[in-house]
Amino acid sequence: MSDQEIDTRGLLCPLPVIRTQDAIKALTPGDRIHVVATDPGTQHDIPAFCRVHGHTLHSATETGDEYHFEIEIA
Amino acid sequence: MAERKRAVALISGGLDSMLAAKVIMEQGVEVEGVNFFTGFCVEGHTHAIRKKKQHQNKRNNALWVAEQLGIKLHIVDVIDEYKDVLLNPKHGYGQHLNPCLDCKIFMVRKAQAWSFMEENQFDFIITGEVIGQRPKSQRKETMPVIARESGVEDRLLRPLCAKHLPLTLPEREGWVDRDALYDFHGRNRKPQIALAEKFGFTEWAQPAGGCCFLTDAQYSAKLADLWEARGSREYELDDIMLLKVGRHLRPQPNFKMIVGREEGENNYLKGYQQTYLSLKPVSHGGPLTLVDGNPDQADIELAAQIAARYSQGRDAELVDFELRFPDGSTRPLTVAPMKAEAIDPNWHV
Repeated sequence: MSDQEIDTRGLLCPLPVIRTQDAIKALTPGDRIHVVATDPGTQHDIPAFCRVHGHTLHSATETGDEYHFEIEIA
Repeated sequence: MAERKRAVALISGGLDSMLAAKVIMEQGVEVEGVNFFTGFCVEGHTHAIRKKKQHQNKRNNALWVAEQLGIKLHIVDVIDEYKDVLLNPKHGYGQHLNPCLDCKIFMVRKAQAWSFMEENQFDFIITGEVIGQRPKSQRKETMPVIARESGVEDRLLRPLCAKHLPLTLPEREGWVDRDALYDFHGRNRKPQIALAEKFGFTEWAQPAGGCCFLTDAQYSAKLADLWEARGSREYELDDIMLLKVGRHLRPQPNFKMIVGREEGENNYLKGYQQTYLSLKPVSHGGPLTLVDGNPDQADIELAAQIAARYSQGRDAELVDFELRFPDGSTRPLTVAPMKAEAIDPNWHV
């Protein structure tokens, strides 16, 4: 269950990453967020962002034209 | 044991900043990367928009570089702050609307400001600058200007050309060994490629013309056209994003057309139908066209005639369009496609 949803629909990379990163700043380790995006580039960038910062990407799914990411904050 | 020093590296996603960070990491310094998003960055956007480029890797190169280096990367939105850099560059523009020297000063200053905001401040800043690499910003005379006007002074280290420059604080204090820094200069890329091979890097991004759209002649011309048509140099993110997409034609001073060139662009332009008047052919296949400005009825018909030229009905007698207004209301419009020779080449922005 996500604590917070980050809606980045309509934004192109790197803005979805920036919005995700900025939202995470206010959170604490163990918190979870759900990121929704429409830019196909997020399929690369959100997982890369998670790897670089050590966050756990629990799931990355595609539904229609949207991409959903479940992230646990490191 | 001495406290481990920390450096913040400006990471563009290209090879030079990647190497600069690696050179300093090799000396035992803890490095984190920062990347500034101005809105004009070549990264990502056009790759994401244009469907025909889908086979290409759409990754963000700055993030990719950080992953290769094993460092954290912080991407910072500077879209609003960057307007002053672009609109009022103290050191002027380069060949096009690229305020490269002011941009570098801004980014180094921002890197320091960002560092101060972090809980653990960084001891110095590193960039991938190489003397003689760029005609406007990376010259021997501009290196001290960037250090001074950014306020970073001798905490700014350029590992790839440090041996051509005066000693910096990290070198004087022995945080880094100057002998293990480099003396690259000029536009020859061989030393960088050799160093990349030494570090085992087999892949890196090579953006043509740098990583900024403002160094692109066509993009700068579109931006200048936008400013002239509006009588103001103000801009929003959407304005500068749309300059990256589609074919831009200005048949009259009071309106401009943005014609999608392929499916990815048409999909992207659809997102702006609530902001702009749009034209979509319905009797034939064809692109979505946005109309920016204050067109009257005759202008809209002219726009449709031109848009028909870019549709599959270009040789038909008539092409039917759906004209959509920003409020969502629509009405049909039928026009004869404009002949190819009637399209004034000067209309292309």
